[in-house]
Amino acid sequence: MTSINYNFINIIFCFFKTLFIVFIIVFCGAMLSFIERRVLALFQNRYGPNRVGWFGLLQIVADMIKMLFKEDWVPSFSKSFLFILAPIISFISLLLVMSIIPFTDQKFIINLNIGVLFFLIMSALSVYSILFAGWSSNNKYALLGSIRAIAQTLSYEVFLGLSLMGVVAQSHSFNLFDIVYSQKKIWNIFPQFFGFITFFIAGLALCHRHPFDQPESEQELADGYHIEYSGMKFGMFFIGQYISMIVIASMITVLFLGGWYGPYLPKFLWFFFKTFILILFFILLRASLPRPRYDQILYFGWIICLPITLLNLIFTAFLILLY
Amino acid sequence: MNIKSIIFDFFTQIRSIFITFKHMFDMRETRLYPENPIYLSPRYRGRVVLTKDPNGKDRCVACNLCSVVCPVSCISLQKSQDKYGRWFSKFFKINFSRCIFCGLCEEACPTSAIQLIPDFELSDFDRKNLLYKKKYLTISGTGKDHKYNFYDHCGVSIKKKYMYNIPINVKDLLP
Ligand code: SF4
Ligand code: SF4
Repeated sequence: MTSINYNFINIIFCFFKTLFIVFIIVFCGAMLSFIERRVLALFQNRYGPNRVGWFGLLQIVADMIKMLFKEDWVPSFSKSFLFILAPIISFISLLLVMSIIPFTDQKFIINLNIGVLFFLIMSALSVYSILFAGWSSNNKYALLGSIRAIAQTLSYEVFLGLSLMGVVAQSHSFNLFDIVYSQKKIWNIFPQFFGFITFFIAGLALCHRHPFDQPESEQELADGYHIEYSGMKFGMFFIGQYISMIVIASMITVLFLGGWYGPYLPKFLWFFFKTFILILFFILLRASLPRPRYDQILYFGWIICLPITLLNLIFTAFLILLY
Repeated sequence: MNIKSIIFDFFTQIRSIFITFKHMFDMRETRLYPENPIYLSPRYRGRVVLTKDPNGKDRCVACNLCSVVCPVSCISLQKSQDKYGRWFSKFFKINFSRCIFCGLCEEACPTSAIQLIPDFELSDFDRKNLLYKKKYLTISGTGKDHKYNFYDHCGVSIKKKYMYNIPINVKDLLP
C-alpha cells in the first residue's frame, strides 16, 4: 500500500516538474521573439519595440492578445485535418527533445540512454509539419516553401547526424549525460571543431533560421509554408521556431560546449549562460548574413559540409583507434 | 570551387559577422520622436498658412494662381472686391486630407501670401476637421518673407490712391 502511495506521489511530482519545465521553455520561446527583435535592432542601430511596458517588455503580451483574437481560419480549399495537425507537430516535435536535455546532473526530465538518437528522430519528424502545412494549404507559395524546406532539411539531416558521431565515438555512448561527463577535462568544441561547425550549420538549417530561411523567405514566397495560417495556429509555428532555436542551442551546449561544466558559478547558470550566448549568436547571424540562393544551399550542404563531416569522423575514428 | 576560395569565403562570412557585431556599440540612428522633438529646417514643406503683409493686412489678392497650380486641387477660394477695388478672398479653404505638400502653391503665389511651414503634425480623428478655413489658415505674421509687400513693387494704381503710391521700379526684376 505504501509503495503504491509513494509511486503515486512520485508520478504527481514528476508530472508537475515536467509541466513546469515545459511552461518555462514555452515562456522562454515566446520571450525570445521579443528579445530577438530588441537584439536585432541593437545590431542594426535601431531600438526595436520599446513602447509597451518597461523597455517594451510587455510587447509579447500585446502580440499574444493580437494573435489570440484573430480569426482562426481554416481555408475551405485546404485539407483541414492535416492543416490543423501541422502546427501541432511543429510545436511538439522539438519541444519533446527538451525532455532529454540535462540542464545539470540533477535537473532533467529523463535520462535516456539513446538521447542523441531521440533528438535525431524528433528532428526528422519535424519535417512532416512543414510538409503537411505546405501540402494541405493548397497554395502555390506554401507548396514551394515546403518543397524547399524538405529538400533542405533532408540534405542537412544527413550530416546533422554524422557530425554528432564524432562526439558519440569519443564518449562511447548515446547518452547525453555520458557525453557531458566525457567533457570534464576539455570541451568537445576543441577536438571536434569541424563537427561543431557542421552541426551548428545543420542545426540552423533544421530550425530554418537565417541564413537558411529558404522555406519562409518573405521576399519571394510571402512567408512560405505558413502563408495560409492565422491566429494561434500561426502563433504555434512562430513559437515553435523559437523553441527549436532553444533546443538546438541547448543541444550544442550539451554536445560541444561541456553542458553544465564551468568554474565558480552554479551549474544551472553555466548551462543557461552558454545556451543564451548561442542564441544571441543565432540572432547575430540573422543580422549579418544574407540569404543564399536555394541551389547554393543544397550545393553547400552536399559539396562542402558533408565531406568535412566525413573527414572529421574518419579522423576521430583514427585517433580513437590509435590511443 | 577550389579549397582556396572556400577558405576565403569562410573568412569573408566571419568578417561580415564581426562587422555587424561591432555595430552593437554604435549610436542608435533612431530618433525617439514624441519624446525628443525633431528639428525641421524652416524651408521644410509642412502645413500651409496664409500670411499678412508688414502692415498687418491680408496679402492674398485672390488671383487663383495657387488653386490652379495645385496638382490635387485642394485649394478653393472665391474672389471678392472691397470698395476701393482691391481684391481679397471671400473664402479660402484648403483640404489637408488631399494636400501633398508639394509647395507649388507657394511658388505660384505672386504676393507671397501662401507659405508652407515646418509643421507636420496634422493628424485628426475627424476627416472633416482637415478642411481648414481662412480663419484657421491665416497667421498674424509675415511668414518667411518679412519685408515683402506686393504693392511696393507693382500693382495698378487703383481708385482714390488708397494705399501705396510708390511707382513701379522698372529696373527691378522682382514681381
Ligand atoms: S502644397 Fe501642393 S498640394 Fe498642398 S495646397 Fe499647395 S499646391 Fe496644393
Ligand atoms: S496665389 Fe497667392 S495671392 Fe493668389 S489666390 Fe493664392 S494665396 Fe492668394
